[in-house]
Amino acid sequence: MIYFDNSATTKALPEVLDTYRKVSEDFFANPSSLHALGGKADEMLQSARHQIADLIAAKPSEIFFTSGGTEGDNWIIKGTAMAKRQFGKHLITTSIEHPAVINSMKQLEKLGFDVTYLPVDSRGFIHVEDLKAAIRKDTILVSVMGVNNEIGSKQPIAEIGDLLEAYPNIHFHVDAVQAIGKGLMKALRHPRVDFITFSGHKFHAPRGTGFIYAKEGRLIDPLLTGGGQEHDWRSGTENTPAIAAMAKALRLLLSDEDKKVAQQQAVRERIYQHVSQFDNVTMFSQLSDDFAPHVLCFAIEGVRGETTVHAFETHDIYISTTSACSSKKGTESSTLAAMHVRQSIATSAIRVSLDEHNTVAEADAFNAAFDAIYADFQKLNPVNRKETVRAI
Amino acid sequence: MQYSEIMVRYGELSTKGKNRQSFIGRLNGNVAKALHEFPGLTIRPKRDRLHIELNGEDADAVMARLSQVFGIQSFSPSLAVEKDMTKVHEQVLALMNETVPEGSSYKVNTRRSDHEFELDTNAMNLDVGDFLSDARPDLVVKMKDPDFILRVEVRREAIFLSTTTIKGAGGLPVGTAGKAMLMLSGGIDSPVAGYYALKRGVEIEMVHFFSPPYTSDNALAKAKELTAKLAPYVGGIKFIQVPFTEVQEEVKAKVPEGYLMTVQRRMMLRLTEAIAQQRDGLAIFNGESVGQVASQTLESMAAINDVTTMPIIRPVATMDKNEIIAVAEDIDTYDLSIMPFEDCCTIFAPPAPKTRPKTDRARYYETKIDVDGLMARALEGIKITEIKASDQFMNQATDLIAELL
Repeated sequence: MIYFDNSATTKALPEVLDTYRKVSEDFFANPSSLHALGGKADEMLQSARHQIADLIAAKPSEIFFTSGGTEGDNWIIKGTAMAKRQFGKHLITTSIEHPAVINSMKQLEKLGFDVTYLPVDSRGFIHVEDLKAAIRKDTILVSVMGVNNEIGSKQPIAEIGDLLEAYPNIHFHVDAVQAIGKGLMKALRHPRVDFITFSGHKFHAPRGTGFIYAKEGRLIDPLLTGGGQEHDWRSGTENTPAIAAMAKALRLLLSDEDKKVAQQQAVRERIYQHVSQFDNVTMFSQLSDDFAPHVLCFAIEGVRGETTVHAFETHDIYISTTSACSSKKGTESSTLAAMHVRQSIATSAIRVSLDEHNTVAEADAFNAAFDAIYADFQKLNPVNRKETVRAI
Repeated sequence: MQYSEIMVRYGELSTKGKNRQSFIGRLNGNVAKALHEFPGLTIRPKRDRLHIELNGEDADAVMARLSQVFGIQSFSPSLAVEKDMTKVHEQVLALMNETVPEGSSYKVNTRRSDHEFELDTNAMNLDVGDFLSDARPDLVVKMKDPDFILRVEVRREAIFLSTTTIKGAGGLPVGTAGKAMLMLSGGIDSPVAGYYALKRGVEIEMVHFFSPPYTSDNALAKAKELTAKLAPYVGGIKFIQVPFTEVQEEVKAKVPEGYLMTVQRRMMLRLTEAIAQQRDGLAIFNGESVGQVASQTLESMAAINDVTTMPIIRPVATMDKNEIIAVAEDIDTYDLSIMPFEDCCTIFAPPAPKTRPKTDRARYYETKIDVDGLMARALEGIKITEIKASDQFMNQATDLIAELL
């Protein structure tokens, strides 16, 4: 089995699950309980928080546990809107964000907030000048993803941070769900970044756990109110086993990060060099430095993405159409649409997404399978090259 | 940069006349205790400086410990160089390149104890300044308030260079001011009071009242952990736990509610005084702050203080709560102090304690209880432990957790 769908989710590591099981058994008490068992569970929770804070060079008091990326995005966006609504009702994001961001924004629009969706160029990047032009007196939030989940373009976080130095009152949120462990820590921790969303299951932790970084002194309203956990910022009994497992997974992920990034780059390059030679293939991800090392998005013209996914499945290779969240709906990719990719090509797009365990041998197996699949498609569905002009 | 020694400047003790030798001796001992985990060091106390030869130990780790030792005004990591001007120039440049950023202002400050060296103080200043104006043309010389002072010390064994001076903890070496008891509750204020006592050279022993089953093991562990937080300033601190259950039950049964707190506190103070006398303590420190709570109004203090003539020192008496919290955060006791365990001051707290208790009333109500018997039994049940900086009481599962994460 070759698993190339790591941007959808990753497989939890055995040693991470080991921690999950042991913590479930030995630290099962509610961390808020006053008795010694509760104290022990709380110690585990705080140790995990410490470890995560150290790993991303933040303070433990700046780390808040959530149920994952969707909650983190919802919380930071809606929490900012609630906390800062008396200062303004304008929010800025991009047209290629994850639905957790886009749909939070849409919900706020219904409540009377005004949202600017920044356009992207044909390569999938926003431009800082567009952002600058969009900023208004009543802007309260800028929310930009670190790495696009469909094509892997790295958005200019550090440059946006530099620009926002001149606007100290605007909250700056980065959705780093796809960016963690991909050699981007420096940009993410730009001093002007106020909030960051992380999701555990994208780095080999169990599902249903994540965390946000919230810079000291930056306030948002809670989304989940209740028993006052997480300093009353995020109520709900803490998921201690998953949190401990996530702390461990993050430690493992970030050790030898450079080496792991290089490894993913090598695998990606191997596939890119091979598939990009074919006439009817359009590459959306590039090998240049402004793309993340683990995402490779391309289209075989004339074949629907879904068909290609199933074709690879028969070779025991697992990839996806652009993003798992929209893939079942059969709609075209929102990122590719924002890049003005023609619909007939956009619906053909597929995404290969890697993790640090994938190998060049797997890339070669993928390439061999690609050759067979491509040949079959050309027999069934020959594309007249004269009529299709490359979108980019 | 591999420094060769840390040069330590004494604090107030340089002004202490005849006691100087004993002060230096005590500081030397405290420094040695604080640095015991670095076996490679050689510590040489001199009349006006203390020199810590690193012999390859990590300068940053040593300085982190040193910054917690009272009686030190400042210290500088220094580089020892052979007494050869070519080598001195080489090392001056290396040191300046590493520690002094481009465009900074500086001056050279030479001290010479080896009067046989070829260059005298002025000549040395000139020579090094001359060399630097060629080697680092980006730097500006400034006599008054420069960004950096390059200190050059010509000693018999070598020439020592330093550009960095780090502020020490100040105060007096712990132990030079005698011994006292600190009443440690577990709240925010008493550890801060303890810190200030240590800073003035007082060797403190913790007196902690506990009332099982009304107070939990957690509360006791918390008080011990707080003690461990203060231990780095001294090396180790004695922790004296005094069983207080019987006293509290008796007072609760016999004394009217309005005076419960006052009489309890009088008993605590009596017991602390008795312990101090047994252990050659000269005074009692506590964390009372005027007007903060009912037991800390001046009337309350007077009614409680009535039981002893021993000096009671209240280092945080006139500080605002916010000021106390700021210090607690600095000395890293705050997060522990706010952990929510009942201590013996809160369990029998009446809903409306008298904020203006009268001394004669308190005395009268006390005749209803067997003061001497209660005290004798409490003193019999005392347990004393020595607590070190590295001791852990709250977090029993640390090793297991480290393994799982």
